[in-house]
Order: sequence, then structure tokens, then C-alpha cells
Amino acid sequence: MERVGHFFDDIGLIRIGSSYAADIDFLIILVLVVVGVWFLAAEFVFMYFIVKFREKPGRRADYIDGTNKRHKRWITYPHLAVLVFDVLIVVVSFKVWHKIKIDLPENPDAVIRVIGQQWAWTFQHPGADAELDTPDDIFTIDELHVENGKLYHFKLEALDVLHSFSVPVWRIKQDAIPGRSITGWFQPTMIGEFDVQCTEICGFGHGVMAGKVMVEDPATHSAWIEANTPALLAE
Amino acid sequence: MAEPAVAVMAHHEEEDHGHHGPGGWLKYLWSTDHKVIAMQYMFTGMFMALIGGFMAYVFRMQLAFPGINVPGFGMVSPGEYNALVTNHGTLMIFWVAMPVLLAAFGNYLIPLMVGADDMVFPKINRLSFQIFFLSTIVILASLVVEGGGFAGAWTAYPPLSANETYNLTPLGSTLWVVGVGLEFVAFLLGGINFITTLMNSRAPGMRAFDVPIVVWMIVVASILFMLSVGPLLAGAIMLIFDQTLGTGFFDPATGGDPILWQHLFWFFGHPEVYVVLLPAIGVVAEIITTFARKKLFGYRIVIFTIVATGVLSFFVWAHHQFIAGIDPRMANIFTITTLLISVPIAEMCFVYIATLYGGSIRLTTPMLWALAFIAEFLIGGVTGIFLGAAGADIYFHDTYFVLAHFHYTFFPIAIIGTFAAFTYWFPKMFGKMMDERLGKWHFWLTIIPFNFIFIPLFVLGMGGQHRRIYNYAHFPELAIPWFQNMRIVATVSLLVMLAAQLIFFYNCYKSWRRGRKAPMNPWKANSLEWTTQSPPPHGNWRPDELPVVYRGPYEYSVPDRDDDYWPQNEPDSRGSR
Amino acid sequence: MRPIATTRAATGIATGKLAVWWVLASEVVIFGGLLASYVMFRLGHPEWADAAALTNTKIGAFNTFVLLTSSLTAVLAHQAAERGNGRLAARYLYMTIGGAVTFIGVKTYEWWYEISHGYTITSNGFWSFYYSAAGLHAFHVIAGAAIMAVVARDAARNLELHRVELIGIYWHFVDIVWIFLFPLLYIAK
Ligand code: HEA
Ligand code: HEA
Ligand code: CUA
Ligand SMILES: [Cu+2]
Repeated sequence: MERVGHFFDDIGLIRIGSSYAADIDFLIILVLVVVGVWFLAAEFVFMYFIVKFREKPGRRADYIDGTNKRHKRWITYPHLAVLVFDVLIVVVSFKVWHKIKIDLPENPDAVIRVIGQQWAWTFQHPGADAELDTPDDIFTIDELHVENGKLYHFKLEALDVLHSFSVPVWRIKQDAIPGRSITGWFQPTMIGEFDVQCTEICGFGHGVMAGKVMVEDPATHSAWIEANTPALLAE
Repeated sequence: MAEPAVAVMAHHEEEDHGHHGPGGWLKYLWSTDHKVIAMQYMFTGMFMALIGGFMAYVFRMQLAFPGINVPGFGMVSPGEYNALVTNHGTLMIFWVAMPVLLAAFGNYLIPLMVGADDMVFPKINRLSFQIFFLSTIVILASLVVEGGGFAGAWTAYPPLSANETYNLTPLGSTLWVVGVGLEFVAFLLGGINFITTLMNSRAPGMRAFDVPIVVWMIVVASILFMLSVGPLLAGAIMLIFDQTLGTGFFDPATGGDPILWQHLFWFFGHPEVYVVLLPAIGVVAEIITTFARKKLFGYRIVIFTIVATGVLSFFVWAHHQFIAGIDPRMANIFTITTLLISVPIAEMCFVYIATLYGGSIRLTTPMLWALAFIAEFLIGGVTGIFLGAAGADIYFHDTYFVLAHFHYTFFPIAIIGTFAAFTYWFPKMFGKMMDERLGKWHFWLTIIPFNFIFIPLFVLGMGGQHRRIYNYAHFPELAIPWFQNMRIVATVSLLVMLAAQLIFFYNCYKSWRRGRKAPMNPWKANSLEWTTQSPPPHGNWRPDELPVVYRGPYEYSVPDRDDDYWPQNEPDSRGSR
Repeated sequence: MRPIATTRAATGIATGKLAVWWVLASEVVIFGGLLASYVMFRLGHPEWADAAALTNTKIGAFNTFVLLTSSLTAVLAHQAAERGNGRLAARYLYMTIGGAVTFIGVKTYEWWYEISHGYTITSNGFWSFYYSAAGLHAFHVIAGAAIMAVVARDAARNLELHRVELIGIYWHFVDIVWIFLFPLLYIAK
């Protein structure tokens, strides 16, 4: 069961890099299986009918108007079944959605700020004191540094137009809206360097609005913090 | 007799024109015959399809071979890429799908199928096309003005679309909004005609459930359009004011709200996808019943499902905004409504499949298109479920998965459905039979490449590739060779498909010039348009021969009859009605 | 020459009337969208009340009265047309047009006054909605009056009398829109 959510990772399509990525993948696979079965069944019956009921000399089509109960069954039962499967999908979708977008886990290890503007990302890291909006905050452009396994809250903002903060390996995506600050969370689980994409069209340079996340082990991360703490505060 | 008050103005203006008698080409523009207006819409739509297709060619070349000099266009800059994508989407939906499926076939078929000599308001009908024509000029002009065409996506989200310092296309974006707004007005006028013609001008004896499904569909689509477009028209006015006068409706800096536009847009945008879907499935209903020689399996079920779909479609809009910063709890509600829509649409698909059961299926070109519609639309439909599940949409939003989803719905509708309708009614419209052999070549050489364009795009979408990016070199995870090869497959398939369209145009030309003359009723179909000459004369029937209806349109293979069809206007020997 | 289609009435309702109702349905959603947006904004921005306080309720009330009166004359015109008295119907319609002209005249003064005191469409969100909504409505008043002039001209010659009722329905709609606009823009402070 556990492994189901890792299917896309296993086949090399997209890696799993956050604590909730496998939940999303599980949901996708569930939908894939449910609608896949329906889809194949529908296409199969459809193709079968086309082949079976081809025009033949001397044979005349049946006169069936679908109003009698015996015939109508073939429509009503499947469509009730679709309803049942819809409920299943809704339930699992709710669980995933609540986990990621509604139930904000408390007591994060750190809070970061992500600011989109035409056409770059500004990342505000809390720095050595793990407090955001203090003088030792580290600002970077297009490069976010986080520590593997830590729970992060982010505050997402935009300065001019809409942008959207997306890290595919984390399965995270959230639009940034000028004039608002949107809070969300993530917990990286894989060390490495990954793409940050802007997925909301934001003008001429939308296609180059790329960033990187560096997920680091604790030692590398604290070394990075040390090396980048604004010099005048270093004492 | 009666004309609505708003038409009175137009009416009087035009009386004057009658005296001057504009000649030649202009005279064509001033015709009030519903069939001529239908042709005007159709050929404008066809022309725009070629432009939209050309744009797809240019940006797909850029995606497959970044930075090359695209033959026929040149280098594609990031700004140009965005403008091409934006206007490709805009043209394909508003200047191809709507005018061809709704306006052209609506205009052509409604009077003929309900047994009337014209629309109830021919002059409003003409005014509708004239406004549409104007909108076409405006949108085409927007592509070539200083600064280039609008490049903020067909959804035109502000603040990008509202402020020229952000979008850098001051004129282009205003003309874009004006063009789209004018187009809406044209379709509102057309829709009023469609609705009232069906309601009031049916042939004697034609009851509500004797109306062919395609007419129902077009009229329900017009109603959906009318009830959903209003807020967006209001939004368009606000957007134009934001752009030109400097108001701040959508600008957070002055207390406005950019999300408001998204609500207005999608409140229209989702019903809009069914506005174009319904005419296409109506067309399919006509064709599969004719060529399977079968009665539709559950006429009333289809009517009920479209009404259910129509009603539900007003309550799903925010599934486009799951991660746009709306209250996340709202997503729950919209997940439920979105998935609910699968029930009536699934039912409709089942009805169509069941209609084939026990049939005597003839695979003519129109039938192939109609069957392909069902087969391909199912893919588009089921992939919508992935997106409707909010949890999965976190990942899929604005990826190529969404893109492939809606091309698997739009392409069947706007291209497959259109070709189905076009080849089916070609004998009626032009009085000539089409070449079946060329038709089948065209069919296979369009359908096969179509799947080879968009299946790879599904895979890319699952791999995280997102939309509206002119070059993936900046994203190492997307620039891997394996992904790039997929893009090349898609682009090459597109080239094949575009080349295949030459067969279509050659077939049209050849059939039109040298085709076999079409009889009145070449397919032995039941509905009323087949009871007049091909092509129908002005007024459709001789005034004293307007048809009277005795039964529904799908009485095929009725037992105890010699013919396996039973035209709607043929009096019952027992004189039932 | 009118098509035969136009003379049919399968529903039993005259086609012109049907069409007018559908026109109104589409208008309702246009104004509905605009006003719903305004109400949402207004709830989110209590400070707009200060701007709303600057509108002149008395002038608004007067204009409401003018429009209501003109609706009354539109009804009288319809009654006259029913009785086949085109001349009288035309006279009532001209009175209705008079109401429209008064309304627009008052509105022009009002706007001129406000603009010259620095409250323009870009001043803030309230004024943006104020000018847009009232402007869209005024546009409908002007268009309605122009069409009415044509109907009245015909009616005076006893032609196309059924149109008197149609333009009347439209006019009531314009009136009702104002009944919504007046409290929303002027009274809610
Ligand atoms: C005509 C076009 C059309 C049609 C018919 C549809 C139909 C559907 N669409 Fe699609 N959609 C678009 C055009 C269309 N869409 C466009 C253009 C966009 C993107 C716009 C943009 O951002 O640019 C979009 C985007 C879009 C999104 C937003 C994605 C995002 O941006 O993040 C969503 C989310 O819910 C969605 C859902 C659906 C659903 C649930 C249906 C349903 O109606 C489908 C119902 C049909 C079926 C389900 C198939 C038949 C049923 C069965 C075979 C039975 C088995 C089924 C089950 C067990 C469930 N669509
Ligand atoms: C009806 C809608 C429609 C249709 C038919 C198409 C058709 C095609 N689309 Fe389009 N597309 C959109 C609607 C449509 N698209 C929308 C809404 C967007 C989003 C825009 C945005 O992001 O803002 C989009 C975006 C879009 C992208 C995304 C770009 C990006 O985000 O970076 C891509 C990429 O490959 C693409 C490709 C194609 C291709 C290859 C076709 C090919 O299938 C085209 C082939 C065309 C033809 C073969 C023409 C044939 C027709 C005739 C010959 C006329 C027949 C007429 C009569 C008989 C009357 N489209
Ligand atoms: Cu920022 Cu796209
Ligand atoms: Cu939708």
C-alpha cells in the first residue's frame, strides 16, 4: 500500500521530495485506476458494438428506444455506479487537500518568506536565530536554501502581478497575489537541487522565471547560514 | 410580426441602406438569409482556424527546436511566444469553436430542422454577424499593433492584463478585450434568435420532444451562454476602465481585487466549455442515429442530462482556482460539484454507446468523425476527474496535463465535431456529394497524429512540465532529453496533421466543382432539412409547402415498415396526429 | 418581407415579447455581475462609506421619482396602444422620453458637480463603481429613449403598435435597475 504513492517515482517520471508528495501521487493513482477501468470498459464496449453491428446485407437494425425498464437498466446502473466512485474520489481528495492546504501543522522549525516579482524570486530566510523579520535574515535571489527533514512554513507574496510558486518534486503549488500574504507549509525529504517554477503567466519573462531550491543536510545548511549572515551582524 | 424593441433602431437604419443597394461583395454582407449568414460564420471560422493552427505550428516548432528560425515566422521571442499562445487559445475558442459550431450550424440547421423559412429576426441575425465580423477585424488588428498582441493568456488575469507597465502591450491588450466583448455581444444577439426561433417557429405538429437533439443542444448552449456571460461583460468593462482610465477595480494597490476577475471569468468560462460541447454532441447524435439506423437510446435522458449538466456547470467554476488563493475550504465544495458533473456526462456517453447496440452501422466519413468524437472525448472527460479532485490539482494545475485534458475535449469538439457536421451536411449545403475516399484519408491522417500530439503532452504534464514556457532550458528537470524527444514527437505529428488538411481542402474543392450531384436525402435521414432540395432555395421550402410534422426525428428501422427510415413530415397512414 | 417564421407562435406568446424577455434575462446577469461585485467590495471596504456619504441623496431621490413617473407614462402608452389609439400612445411615449431627458440632464449636472470637486472615476473604488454602474445604466436610458423615439414616430401613424408594449417592458427594466442602484450607491452610507 505504502509503495503505491511512490509509483511515479519508481518509474522515473517524477521524484518524491516532500512529506506529502506521496499522498498526492496516491490520489492520482487512485483516480487513474478508477477512471481508467471505466474508460477502458466504455471504449471496449463501444469498439465491440462498432465491429459487431456493422451493416450486413439482409439484416435490419433493431428498434429499441431505451424507454422500457429492461433496456434502461443498462444506463441507470452504470451511472449510479459512477456516482459511487465519485464519492470515493472525493473522500480521498478531501484527505489530501486538508492535509496540505487546510490543516497547517503547528510549531514549524522555521518560517521563510517567498516573494515573486517580474521575473525573479526573492527568498527571505530566517537566518541563525530562526526568527523571520530580524536583522540577521538572509535574502537571496532565485535560490532557496532549506534543511532536509525540517518543517517549514512559508509566507508567499507578490509585488506586481500574479505569480505561482511551484516545486514539482515537492508537489507544491500556490499562487502569489500582490497585496496578500498566503501561508503554507512543506517538509523536504530529499537532499538535492530542484527546480522552482513560476506557473502563473506573469508577462514577458514568465518563461525565464526559474529558481532553485537547495535541500541540504544539517551541516551544510548551517555552514551556508554562517557564510551568508549579513556581515555587519556577524559578531 | 413582432420584433423586439432593441431591434427597431437597426431595422430603420437598414431600410435606408436598401435604397443605396451596396453591390457585389458588400451585398453578400447584407444578406438576411439564415443560410448565407451561416456560411459567413463558417468561412470566417475556417479562416480563423487556419490562423489558430498556424500559431500552434509556430509555437510548437519553438518548443521542439528552441531558438530556431521557424519557417514562415522567424525567431520567436518570449513575448511573441506568449502572444501566440494567448491568441491561439482565444481564436480557437471564440473565433473557431463558437462561430462554427454554434453560429454557423445553429443558423443553418435551426430553421431547416424546425421547418421554418428563416430565423424569426433575420435582421438581428445579420446584425449579429456584422458585429462578429467587426470583432474579427479588431482581434486581428490587435495582433499587429505597436507593442504586439496581448500576451497575458486567454484567461487575461489582472493585474497583468490591466496594467501596461506589466504587460508591455498597451494597445494589444485593450483591443483584445474590446474584440472579445464585441464577439460576446454578437453571440448574445444570435442566441436570442436561436431561442425564440425554436420556441415559437416550429412547424405545425412539432412538439418539444420531436425536435432534433442538435437543435436542443444549440439552444440550450445559447441559454447557458446568455446566463453566464453577463458578469464577464461587466468584468470586461471594468478591465477596459482599468486599462485605459486608470481605475483600480483589479489592482490591489488601490483597494481592488485581482481574484474578482478570476471569479467573473470562470463563472463564464466553465459554462462556456459546455456551450461549445453541446452543439458537438448534438451533431454526433444526428449522425450516429442516421448511420446506425437506430432510434436514439433515450431521447429524454439526453435532454435531462444536458439540463442537469447546464445547471451544474454554474456551480463548478472555482475548480480553476483551487490554488489561486481562494479560501481553501471552498475547494471542498467545488470538488464535489465538479465530480458530480461526471454523472450526467457519463450518462450521455452511455446513451450514445447504447444507441449503437443492435444497429446496422455504415462507416461513412461523417460516421467515422462522429464515432471518433466519442472515443476521443472520453479521454478528455476522464482526465477532467484528475483535475476536479482538488488534492491532485495541486500538482496538475497549469501543467501540460491540464493542457492535454482540454485539447482532448476541445479538439474533438471544435475540429472533429466540426468535420463530422461539415461532411454530414455538405451535400445539403453545397448540393454535391463529397469524395468518400479522400474523406477517409483525411480522417485517419487527422485522428492518428492528433493522438500523437497530445498523449506525449499528458506524460510531460505528469512529469511536471508547466504551460506557457517558451523554452525549458531554464528548468533543468524539464530540459532532459527524454522530455525534449516527447516535444519533438508532438510537433512532428502536428506537421503531419496540418499537411493532412490539404486533403480536406482539395476534397472540398473537387467535390464542389466535380462532385456527384446530391439528391434531396442522400443519407436517408428523417429530419426536416432532408425534405427540401440540396441546397435549399431561399425560404427553404415553397411557402405553401412548409412541412408539417408527424413524429420524432429518430424513427429508424421501425418494424412493419418497408423503409428503414420514416421522415418526420410523412403523414401517418393511420393519421395519428 | 417578413419570414413566415416570424408569424408563428408555437408557445402562444408573441415572438417579440419572448425576445424582449430574453434580452432582459441577459441584461439582468450583466447588471447582476456588476452589482454583486460592488456589494462584495463594499462589504470588504467599510471606509467606502465616507465616499458614499458625499453623493447627493436628494438629487438621486428626485431622479428616482422622475424615472418612476416615466414608467407610469409608459404604462399609459401601452394602454392607449391596446385601445388602438396610436396618437395618444405616441404622446405618452414622448412624455416618457421627456422623463429620460430630465433624468440624463440631472445626472449630467450631478456628475459635473462631483467631477469639478475632484471626485472622478479614479478617485477610489467607490467612485469607480459609482461612475461605471450609473454610467452603464445611463447608457441604457439613452438607448431606450432613442428606440422609444422611433417607436413613437411609428405609433403616431398607428404603425407597429405592438412595439409600444415591448419598449415599455424594457423601460420598466431600466427603472428597476435604478431602484437597485439608488439605495446601493446613494443611501447605503
Ligand atoms: C469543452 C471543453 C471542456 C470540457 C467538456 C471539460 C470537461 C471537464 N473538465 Fe475541463 N477544462 C477545459 C475544457 C473542458 N473541460 C479547459 C479549456 C480548461 C483549462 C482552461 C485554462 O486554464 O486555460 C479546463 C480545465 C479544467 C480544470 C482546471 C484545471 C486547472 O487549471 O488546474 C478542471 C478541474 O476540475 C477541469 C475539470 C473538468 C471536468 C470534471 C469535466 C467534466 O465535464 C468531464 C466529464 C466527463 C467524463 C467524466 C467522461 C465520461 C464518464 C465516464 C467514462 C464514466 C467514468 C467516470 C467516473 C467514474 C468519474 N477542467
Ligand atoms: C478549440 C480550442 C483549441 C484547439 C482546436 C486547439 C488546437 C491545437 N492546440 Fe491549443 N490551446 C487552446 C485551445 C485550442 N487549441 C487554448 C484555450 C490554449 C491555452 C491558451 C493559453 O494558455 O492562454 C491552447 C494552448 C496550446 C498549447 C500550449 C502552449 C503553452 O502553454 O505554452 C499548445 C502546445 O502545444 C497547443 C497546441 C495545439 C495544437 C497542436 C492544436 C492543433 O490541434 C491545431 C490543429 C489545427 C487544425 C488542424 C486546423 C484544422 C481546421 C480546419 C482546417 C478548419 C475546418 C473548418 C471547417 C470545416 C468549418 N495549444
Ligand atoms: Cu512569474 Cu510567471
Ligand atoms: Cu471548468
